Amino acid sequence: MCDQTFVAVTFGPCDSCSKASPLMNIYIKNEPINYCSFCVEMMACQGLQKGETLASLKRECDNLKKKLEEERGKLNDVELHQVAEKTEVLGALSVKTRRVLKGHGNKVLCMDWCKDRRRLVSSSQDGKVIVWDAFTLNKEHGITLPCTWVMACAYAPSGCAVACGGLDNKCSVVPLSLDKTENLAAKKKSVAMHTNYVSGCTFTNSDMQLLTCSGDGTCALWDVESGQLLQSFHGHTADVLSLDLAPSETGNTFVSGGCDKKANVWDMRSGQNIQSFESHESDINCVKYYPSGDAFASASDDATCRFYDLRADREVAVYQKDSIIFGASTVDFSLSGRLLFAGYNDYTINAWDVLKGTRVSVLFGHENRISRVRVSPDGTALCSASWDNTLRIWA
Amino acid sequence: MTINTLAKGGWYREQMTCFRKMEKVIVAMQDPDMGMKMRNQRLLITVIPHAMTGRDVIDWLIQKYNICEEEALHVGGMLVRYGYIYPLKEPRSLVLRADETPYRFQTPYFWTSTRWPASELDYAIYLAKKNIRKQGELMEYEKERYSLLHKRINHTWDFVVMQAREQLRASKQRRKADRIVLECQEQAYWLINRPPVRSLTLHYSAVLYHTVLSCIESCRRALGRNRVKSSICLEGFVKFSEQYQNHDPIMQGCLPSNPWISDDTNTHRLERWSFSFMELLNDPIGRREFMTYLEKEFSAENLCFWQACEDIRHGESSKIIQKVEDVYKNFLAPGAARWVNIDSKTMDKTLEGIKHPHRFVMDDAQLHIYFLMKKDSYPRYLKSDLYKNMLAKAIVPQETKKSVFPFMRRQRHSSPSPAQAVTQVTEEDGRAMGAGKAGTNSLPPSPLSLLVTIVTIQGVLSVYSFISD
Repeated sequence: MCDQTFVAVTFGPCDSCSKASPLMNIYIKNEPINYCSFCVEMMACQGLQKGETLASLKRECDNLKKKLEEERGKLNDVELHQVAEKTEVLGALSVKTRRVLKGHGNKVLCMDWCKDRRRLVSSSQDGKVIVWDAFTLNKEHGITLPCTWVMACAYAPSGCAVACGGLDNKCSVVPLSLDKTENLAAKKKSVAMHTNYVSGCTFTNSDMQLLTCSGDGTCALWDVESGQLLQSFHGHTADVLSLDLAPSETGNTFVSGGCDKKANVWDMRSGQNIQSFESHESDINCVKYYPSGDAFASASDDATCRFYDLRADREVAVYQKDSIIFGASTVDFSLSGRLLFAGYNDYTINAWDVLKGTRVSVLFGHENRISRVRVSPDGTALCSASWDNTLRIWA
Repeated sequence: MTINTLAKGGWYREQMTCFRKMEKVIVAMQDPDMGMKMRNQRLLITVIPHAMTGRDVIDWLIQKYNICEEEALHVGGMLVRYGYIYPLKEPRSLVLRADETPYRFQTPYFWTSTRWPASELDYAIYLAKKNIRKQGELMEYEKERYSLLHKRINHTWDFVVMQAREQLRASKQRRKADRIVLECQEQAYWLINRPPVRSLTLHYSAVLYHTVLSCIESCRRALGRNRVKSSICLEGFVKFSEQYQNHDPIMQGCLPSNPWISDDTNTHRLERWSFSFMELLNDPIGRREFMTYLEKEFSAENLCFWQACEDIRHGESSKIIQKVEDVYKNFLAPGAARWVNIDSKTMDKTLEGIKHPHRFVMDDAQLHIYFLMKKDSYPRYLKSDLYKNMLAKAIVPQETKKSVFPFMRRQRHSSPSPAQAVTQVTEEDGRAMGAGKAGTNSLPPSPLSLLVTIVTIQGVLSVYSFISD
């Protein structure tokens, strides 16, 4: 009984590529034909300058990628595990749970250490952000945010403020006060505004600048005082899930990893993408710099962690095992960079020997997936946050 | 629902189930026997069939699903919002009115579930058609989007205009009623999928041309990079790990009593100052010591200048101009009290920059002074008496791997053997007893017996039991 006046084929084999797909009705030489959307785009690009077609551009792109791989391979004269043969083999770690921090009512999604090496901030799915003294298990501050899923939190370098953000698409900075009666949530200040969820945040070397990454595919640098956007970083083609600031002398670069399987290195001043690495087979959940700043590690849903060298511009190690099936969600290095701690979705933390590529230890204890592992600033302890509502300190 | 489905066009994937359900309702409405009552719409002389009133829709929903009027209004409103039914009188007002307002079913060709994603190419063709058909028919927001699209997919513009003309020509050959219906359907579709208020974000239908071009550009840039040989890079990692190995508490084992170390300057901490200049500057005590050393060398202004520049770089935006002024007055102006030695080229550049002060205006000068200190003062500091004395006085942290039996150290200070001490006491006591036979006062413990008590508890017990005897 509905309009039959405009009869058109909506689904079927495309007249050009014969693939079955939703069809578009277009006119070629006065005749109506049915093409799938890809073929329509190809047709539309026929009128390019210099007789280029989309197909020829794609071929050029593939050739360049192959050439790039060849160039990277030319300087690859030795593998990491070969160079590491002369280093001593590490014995099993005698690391145990020293503290269990209980108090969150729901999954703990993120945590960060304070520079004083004993305080830490953690955020969870129920919208609560708690600042703990991990040594005494004392909860020093509690902030309730109006949104759930607070996926990112960071401690300011001075120790006087924390930043947190998540599904509200914002990242806010809350100054910490020693007055217990004060309502901290009222002093919250919105700094970053994205068009999708905020997945990670970190302060730069001071309390005044905040770096965030978001599900809208961009990273951004913000001025905390004015809330102004200082620089934005475009280049990822899907959600950006993690970022880390470089510990170098000039301190001007950071690395980000996302759902497009790419890890990009950015220059903070110019906003340019300096380097890009694409060797993971699935979403990259976490990236972290090596302590010297010359390399970084990444954790991915493909159950591997990889080690990338920035000067040689390539991936130099893959940390994987057949018995590890579930994705890795977080990584961090020990102080010397010899150990890599990775938290997995099968509730364990694996410690890898970075140089030799072997697994040194497995840490059991959590009852749900690990969302974050972080080594304390002085390297004495490891903190892990998990979906089982607790945090554990290992030392 | 986990976070991941929210991204990657996940919203549409979630909504697809809803669309299927809505389509079932629509098909039921169009059933010849149990479906809706259709009326004719009269536009001047043209009669268009298959129209219905809002009241009809609500009555049908109430009757079919056995719901109340409010719920029927709500469900019907959803059908209109998602474009399955569109209003004929006021096309931009996507609400269902429970009165004589006429509505019409959208053809399946234009259902959101069929045509998703609504591509930019399609939208461009639609706007071009509207523009060609009647000049000035485009609304403000449509004009903006038209020019934006013209810029973004410029390479396809010939195709767009060609398609628009062809479609207009084909539609002219249709009956007037059909033509009007088609225009309404198309307009309704685009009002749903490109609503006026929503800002133009990057739609899922990625323009392939642009992605391929940007990929080519980044590959070309990457090919031009300088790379270092693997052997050199990897050696660097091994060296770094070896250097810091002893300072890595997790690998060396940690004191179980106090996981977080105190603030004493021990040799480990001082050693780290010799690893790199950054290590020295990052440690507040290190920075203080270095400043003391520089004051002795009369070059403290370098470190003060560096600290002031750090303050500008990382401090509050509102104070930048004032701070730059101060730095200029104290360190850069000719005849300044603490003038720093920068080469003329950098000085000129910095002075130019000061005229329009911003956060990074001192960067070049700061870097120059940083490398000056690193190459000159820092190595001399490491060889200086000041540093060497600190190292000598520092506490050696307890090695926890080697087990230290505490009592072994004390052997040097241990008292003479218990047996020797007891015989001496006996002799003295004997003499004392002999002398004091008349008085029955108990003897005070002799100094020798006090010495004996230190050795072993057992020894003490035996001595005391002897004395009290």
